[in-house]
Amino acid sequence: MDTSLGFYGSSIGKKMWMAVTGIIMFLFVFVHMIGNLQIYIGPEALNRYGHFLHSVPEILWPVRIILLACVLVHIVAAVQVWYQSYGARGPVNYKIKKDPAVDYAARTMVWSGPIILLFIIFHLMHLTLGSVYQLHYTANGQIDVYRNVVSGFQHPGIAIIYIVANLLLGFHLYHGLWSLFQTLGWSHPRFNHWRRIFAIIFAYAIAIGNISIPVSVWAGWVH
Amino acid sequence: MKLTLHIWRQKSPDDKGGFKTYHVDNLNRDMSFLEMLDVLNQQLIEKGEEPVAFENDCREGICGMCGMMINGLAHGGMKGSTTCQLPLRYFKDGAELTIEPWRSKAFPVLKDLIVDRSAFDRIIQAGGYISVNTGNAPDANSTLISRDTAELAMDYAECIGCGACVAACPNGAAMLFMSAKIAHFSLLPQGQVEADRRVKSMVQQMQQEAFGACTNYAECEVACPKEISISAIARMNHDYLKAFWPGKVVGGGKHVA
Repeated sequence: MDTSLGFYGSSIGKKMWMAVTGIIMFLFVFVHMIGNLQIYIGPEALNRYGHFLHSVPEILWPVRIILLACVLVHIVAAVQVWYQSYGARGPVNYKIKKDPAVDYAARTMVWSGPIILLFIIFHLMHLTLGSVYQLHYTANGQIDVYRNVVSGFQHPGIAIIYIVANLLLGFHLYHGLWSLFQTLGWSHPRFNHWRRIFAIIFAYAIAIGNISIPVSVWAGWVH
Repeated sequence: MKLTLHIWRQKSPDDKGGFKTYHVDNLNRDMSFLEMLDVLNQQLIEKGEEPVAFENDCREGICGMCGMMINGLAHGGMKGSTTCQLPLRYFKDGAELTIEPWRSKAFPVLKDLIVDRSAFDRIIQAGGYISVNTGNAPDANSTLISRDTAELAMDYAECIGCGACVAACPNGAAMLFMSAKIAHFSLLPQGQVEADRRVKSMVQQMQQEAFGACTNYAECEVACPKEISISAIARMNHDYLKAFWPGKVVGGGKHVA
């Protein structure tokens, strides 16, 4: 009986790493979305929040490093899991194949994932590094988070990128937030019907919460 | 009734293979799908042609041999039914059916609709033995198992190893088969000593075969002629994690402390 493979050696172990890193990134994205909604309170609230987040480097940098590690592990494991299935169908494919159970979100995980990665890079270049356009600063020399967000979303191209990316994030979470229960073995007839409801609630909450901001800027409600 | 069949014909594992079209008339709508293929083969034999090779044995849905893809659905897609249990009345008179073997790198086609499923046997072999006393059969009720647990184990034990889960999975993964076998044993008190070793060893064997990885499409659950739930996969994953959880004897099933 050969048991030398090790935990990460199987696709089950890889997917558990994907699930755990996915949960961490989901929690971050959810809190990030809630924080962003302060834009509706006004410039002072959002700027105070933004400066607060940057005020303690001893917290900021560990959080950034953990998130970056999660992104890397999630992607490496995803590519390895995808590669295992690549070609598993064999030399000849079906002439007719129906997939009655597969939903759109599940089928497009392999596309929504890389596109979200590109978006994260764009998002960091836009609002953190300021390499998309010159960032705005307040009178006392601090970064004007509110002004940067509003002026960015007034640009239709940038707004569309944010809207599309968050739609895909919603799809990604719709499958991922349900899938993680299966992967981690959290299954019981008592709560199984809640797993899909949980995924739907948070996928919608994050997508709608984030997309509402560029839409509000466009509509002129936030300016 | 009449049917038009597009059937995959392949002489040998090395043959390229291709579809051939056959027309079968005068069919009884209460025939099973395999009886229909018997009728077709009789016609082919009378014409001096090579009959369509397909695997079958019990013809009552318990041996797991007769799997084939019918119009893109494993076993034809009738809920909880194998190909041999599928009656022709499930299809419309005059229907056109495309019949293909399972497509999986781990299941090479041997001839026509027959594939080599010995990868499944190797996974079962990797499961190894369980420690029980030999001798007379144990007294009834000497090992107590709650009714719910026994029923659930029985649900998973229904797996007939037909390979429909692999055939239906867009990733070509064998997780439903794997998990049905693993969950069936992990629920019962017999063989608990080997539980951790068993799940590790079987998963390792699966990894060495050419199966894909699970992405929770749940296509297997729909295709399974025994209607085994993907809750089996969650249970296997749980057992796999448990087997690697710190504080275990390597390869063993008991906590150190």
